[in-house]
Amino acid sequence: MAKLRIEDLKKIKESMAGTVNLRAGDQRVKITVHMGTCGIAAGARKIMNALLQKLEKSGASDIILTSSGCAGLCNHEPMITVEVRESAPVKYVKLDPEKTEKIFDEHIMKGNPVSEYALSMGSETTY
Amino acid sequence: MEDLSLHILDVVENSTKAGANLVEINIKEDTDKDLLQIIIQDNGRGMDPKMVKRVTDPFITTRTTRRVGLGLSMLEQAAQEAEGYLTVTSEKGIGTEIRATFQASHIDRKPFGDMGSSMISLILGNPGVDFIYKSDFDGEKTTIDTRAIKAELDGTTTISDPAVLKLLRGVFEESLRN
Ligand SMILES: Nc1ncnc2c1ncn2[C@@H]1O[C@H](COP(=O)(O)OP(=O)(O)O)[C@@H](O)[C@H]1O
Ligand SMILES: [Mg+2]
Repeated sequence: MAKLRIEDLKKIKESMAGTVNLRAGDQRVKITVHMGTCGIAAGARKIMNALLQKLEKSGASDIILTSSGCAGLCNHEPMITVEVRESAPVKYVKLDPEKTEKIFDEHIMKGNPVSEYALSMGSETTY
Repeated sequence: MEDLSLHILDVVENSTKAGANLVEINIKEDTDKDLLQIIIQDNGRGMDPKMVKRVTDPFITTRTTRRVGLGLSMLEQAAQEAEGYLTVTSEKGIGTEIRATFQASHIDRKPFGDMGSSMISLILGNPGVDFIYKSDFDGEKTTIDTRAIKAELDGTTTISDPAVLKLLRGVFEESLRN
């Protein structure tokens, strides 16, 4: 029987003591995975996993990872939107975990959008 | 959809889109009766009887981004392929219950797949929503309530902290009999 080990939660709490929590709106980067039916069927969950793994490894605390519904571009799924503060949001389309990892390293960590995977440098926002 | 946990992810996204702030996911398997049930209940805006009747029709959606709905009709199909069925119960202003029933041992019954990833995607993607996850495999029960986890964390970190999610992922995965 699976049990949530309260002691494990306590350990996490202790390791967090003294660190500052990110408040909504304070983040440097917001990554949104599109989780509509088409996105899910096309592999959005794998993209979410790849991003979460990258986020964990990076140790960054100024990045918010979240999801939204269908973006109406079903044949472009899986998709993510990357919003770096003070820059236009970028939609990345037809992703797989490898492309996603590259976007994380190049765009999210170094600030260089990966134009070959991008849909457009539009002005849409999900805030 | 390849597996049941992807269907669950998809159907629960309907609940959060309908404005629910609490969603309960219940998985029950009874080997003696050869029954598997997945029940998803939410406190979202609900549907009127006419909508409930038509909701498994793939040509019905209230979204404006695409003209056909898919999610519920896909889950219904998955249930029917395993000699099961789907029921939708809903009341406007109260909430919705989706119940998918399967013959557990049926050769075409999809496996659960990666339930941990589905739950973590839901928790990360819907910060304003709480989830109650319950599984019961012939009496072997697991319950995870995100409200209790948040209370335990007590503001020292958030439930979307990768360290917390990793812990939760393990519990969701262990809860299933695959
Ligand atoms: N939990 C729910 N609460 C309220 N309305 C719902 C719920 N689930 C489904 N619906 C309604 O049924 C429609 C069809 O759902 P679905 O088959 O998942 O297709 P889609 O989400 O793509 O529209 C939705 O657009 C919505 O209007
Ligand atoms: Mg849907």
